[in-house]
Amino acid sequence: MTAIHPDRAAGTQTTPPETALEARDFSFSYGPRQTLFDISIRMQARSVTAIIGPSGCGKSTFLRSINRMNDLIPGAGYRGEIRVAGMSVFDPGTDLVTLRRQVGMVFQRPNPFPKSIFDNVAYGPRLNALVPRREIPEVVEQCLRQAALWDEVKDRLDQPATGLSGGQQQRLCIARALGNRPDVLLMDEPCSALDPIATQRIEELIFELKRQYTIVIVTHNMQQAARVSDMTGFFDAGRLIEFDVTTQIFTAPKHERTEAYITGRFG
Amino acid sequence: MNRLVWRRWKSRIMVGLMVAAVVVAVAPLLLILGTLIARGAGSINFEFFTALPVPAGETGGGVAHAIVGTLMMVGVAALIGLPIGIGAGMFCAEFPRNRLATVARFVADVMNGTPSIVIGVVAWTMIVARQKHFSGLAGSVALAMIMIPMVMRTTEEMIKLVPHSLREAALALGYPRWRTSVSVVVRTCLPGIVTGSLLAIARVAGETAPLLFTALGSQYMSRDLNQPMAALPLTVFTYATGPYDDWHRIAWATALVLIMVVLTLSLLARLATRQRFDVRQ
Repeated sequence: MTAIHPDRAAGTQTTPPETALEARDFSFSYGPRQTLFDISIRMQARSVTAIIGPSGCGKSTFLRSINRMNDLIPGAGYRGEIRVAGMSVFDPGTDLVTLRRQVGMVFQRPNPFPKSIFDNVAYGPRLNALVPRREIPEVVEQCLRQAALWDEVKDRLDQPATGLSGGQQQRLCIARALGNRPDVLLMDEPCSALDPIATQRIEELIFELKRQYTIVIVTHNMQQAARVSDMTGFFDAGRLIEFDVTTQIFTAPKHERTEAYITGRFG
Repeated sequence: MNRLVWRRWKSRIMVGLMVAAVVVAVAPLLLILGTLIARGAGSINFEFFTALPVPAGETGGGVAHAIVGTLMMVGVAALIGLPIGIGAGMFCAEFPRNRLATVARFVADVMNGTPSIVIGVVAWTMIVARQKHFSGLAGSVALAMIMIPMVMRTTEEMIKLVPHSLREAALALGYPRWRTSVSVVVRTCLPGIVTGSLLAIARVAGETAPLLFTALGSQYMSRDLNQPMAALPLTVFTYATGPYDDWHRIAWATALVLIMVVLTLSLLARLATRQRFDVRQ
């Protein structure tokens, strides 16, 4: 990984900022039905990009293409390219395990394994043998701290994860994703199943996490997109209509369709 | 108001009907157990478990040979049947639309409905007729053939119950598909698979017909799977259809032992796989 991020390893920032994720003319189809059309987008490292758009516009499909979760669907086909940290996602030589280690994902509904809190976070490090076995407890603590969950669970790490509240479960899933030490974190409507207070905690967390990770978040909640993201992409009917700095999108969208959506006239 | 009262009564009637159904469902079981205990428990003592049968006319003796035979044959049948059944079930659940899986599912459903005596005849043709002698192993194979489709179908159904989100979570962490399947999906539904396997074991432990053609039964202690072997259901069959009162007494007691063996097996396995964490989300 150090080869891919030489400047990051040295702890310096280069100008122009490095590109963490890039899609070029990316199209996607389920069987005969094309759902994404020529998406081109570029995301900077350590930034938060929000993807908004009406239901069925393809924003989740795009997100799930980045770590190739769509591979599971029969008849999935694509054209064009997505690159994560310079690595071509769809290259036949790309190892799915490596890709998914580098690109973590948090789902719409919290989906902890029916195991202990500790085991949930230890899953990634154990699988990928990122650290020696005896250092796993440290990694678990670090990830739980990063996910702002440590203080709530430190005395019951051996308890079942399914006993946590929804918001805690979602933060646990974030901690679990961090256990792999990813470069990119994909979040597919991470707050849609949570109450407002839990949502606020996740948003604060996103703000903290962007110091280290590149975050792409799909959301239905436009206030949320405005609050947490640096850049916003508006998807409609499988196309990227507008992609710009978040404040620009929300104050002076260039495209009529974007304006209609953010002002609530459709979607 | 009137409507509300009627609704409450409707609910009560429905609950009443369901309670009645449960009672009707459990009653035969309790009846069987009660009869077995009433008729068989008196004949059970230490000797019954440790001794071999005595010649007709003499009292005493036991069914140690049949207990050993049943445990050995069912054990070997489980060794053959469970891995194949669970493996095939996993395959069908992982590749639901695969041609092979579709065919296997169909064949398993047909086999689940096949009378066990037919399976016995098949095992006889395949093994006994070729080797020209009856054997415990032929019995095990017949029992395994009964187990495989049962275990396969329950395994598949149990795996299908695991929420898709768990599979996605594991895949997104970089788990290869086979590891996701084994260490997340199957681990999560393991208690269900164990229960299904136990049901299959319990079912074959009581099978008589397939053993008539294969293990044949024996009056002596046989630990050699290549020889004819005794089994509890065969012993029940032989003694129950015999002409002596003392034999009938032994048949009742043997039937009780058979039920107890099955019950103990289930309890032990249940304890061993007690689920620590709830799967529900």
